[in-house]
Amino acid sequence: MAGAGGGSNDVQWCFSQVKGAIDDDVAEADIISTVEFNHSGELLATGDKGGRVVIFQQEQETKGQPHSRGEYNVYSTFQSHEPEFDYLKSLEIEEKINKIRWLPQKNAAQFLLSTNDKTIKLWKISERDKRPEGYNLKEEDGRYRDPSTVTTLRVPVFRPMDLMVEASPRRVFANAHTYHINSISVNSDYETYLSADDLRINLWHLEITDRSFNIVDIKPANMEELTEVITAAEFHPNQCNTLVYSSSKGTIRLCDMRAAALCDKHSKLFEEPEDPSNRSFFSEIISSISDVKFSHNGRYMMTRDYLSVKIWDLNMENRPVETYQVHEYLRSKLCSLYENDCIFDKFECCWNGNDSVVMTGSYNNFFRMFERGHRRDLTLEASRESSKPRAVLKPRKVCAGGKRKKDEISVDSLDFNKKILHTAWHPQDNIIAVATTNNLYIFQDKMN
Amino acid sequence: MSTENQETEAQFESEEEKQDSQEKNSNPVKAEEAKLKAKYPNLGQKPGGSDFLMKRLQKGQKYFDSGDYNMAKAKMKNKQLPAAGPDKNLVTGDHIPTPQDLPQRKSSLVTSKLVG
Repeated sequence: MAGAGGGSNDVQWCFSQVKGAIDDDVAEADIISTVEFNHSGELLATGDKGGRVVIFQQEQETKGQPHSRGEYNVYSTFQSHEPEFDYLKSLEIEEKINKIRWLPQKNAAQFLLSTNDKTIKLWKISERDKRPEGYNLKEEDGRYRDPSTVTTLRVPVFRPMDLMVEASPRRVFANAHTYHINSISVNSDYETYLSADDLRINLWHLEITDRSFNIVDIKPANMEELTEVITAAEFHPNQCNTLVYSSSKGTIRLCDMRAAALCDKHSKLFEEPEDPSNRSFFSEIISSISDVKFSHNGRYMMTRDYLSVKIWDLNMENRPVETYQVHEYLRSKLCSLYENDCIFDKFECCWNGNDSVVMTGSYNNFFRMFERGHRRDLTLEASRESSKPRAVLKPRKVCAGGKRKKDEISVDSLDFNKKILHTAWHPQDNIIAVATTNNLYIFQDKMN
Repeated sequence: MSTENQETEAQFESEEEKQDSQEKNSNPVKAEEAKLKAKYPNLGQKPGGSDFLMKRLQKGQKYFDSGDYNMAKAKMKNKQLPAAGPDKNLVTGDHIPTPQDLPQRKSSLVTSKLVG
């Protein structure tokens, strides 16, 4: 797989599809809150603020269209979570889907975990393309026959029917989190998974819903002493004993579950020392890590803070091996970004299939790709204007100050309401899913 | 001689200006911090500390006291209770959260627009 963009051998990103309403009046329920490809890339799931999950399936490539990979069409949609009110604590529980994580496929059915602030659910998505016909005691429409009218017996047979995709909740993992769940992560043992809230991380068995083990607890005895919260957590892709969690203070802790039952003491602490001359009111806020993702090969992890993406070598704790500036020009806007709360936006990040490129979102519906190795970066835009089929996306550039060149956009013209927080990269191919506020864009590399 | 002095003075001034703008450029964050402190002089010294985190942990907390509500209703008799302002989440002054103020918790029975 080639790199992010630019150059003759490199990827040229083209518009493929866009899902969602065109109108600007966005209902809150339609705000996309998570996007995730499954392990094969054939399925793409989205969750929204209204608690709904929509799953798209990639069409099989047909001989008639050698120039593009299959399109993603709706496969299944269901209401995963409902709004709740905890009367005991007088707490309103949003139905917004915070994260979706797919389980690796074990049989014909697909399984995914979806979570809101308090409850995780395991959903089974299965296909039905046959139905039994020829019952003795029932009519075809389901009405029961009078047994006395039955004169001959026949054996019911399965006949093909139009494909029906059914989603059913198989497990509900509830009541284990006092605070708001920000992450779920399936272990490489395919038997357990973790769920993390602001102060605690719990370990679950996929089959057992009535208990979970607390493995990390950073709640101080006196809440007045609270200085940091857990912002994201993930299991290592192939070491089932290893997990990492990031904090609001910009640190990442790696824990080994073999060391102790309660992993409050970290095995490794990843933190980049701060230059004291750069300390400001905003320092801690912009250092808060909003996402942490292991590379597919398990050797690196990536973190996203407000202004940058950092790649860490798991063997080196004192500083990241690579740092990429996502939108450095925002440094001179921090005051207004604090006032309009944008400084608290939680951007996610993702790796491509072979860990050579990383991607993250920004404002004005821009998203950024960083090509490791070649140290090249690319800014693209998800917009209706560049949505002609197979149209190649034009690279964008933000002008930080001084003279603005012809196609550049100035920092003051950026629309901070158009944020791309969620992006996903197909596990093998150069297909990416980019979520704007209420639309899902799918881009592919140009195939010749 | 006076012309020479004038020239040096002018040079000196422009160097000062250059230094000022360099400082601003080299630390735009400090300039932003100064702007914020000027707007909100009482802003806490510990921005990432307890207050901000506690607010994050208390997300979703709603307040309703049936005692207050019934007392207020009794006092007001025929009059209306002070209703919530446009921002129903903000409880200020005499306003007492009432059942009417709680946002309607209807689940989305409508299909997602991504399916259209």
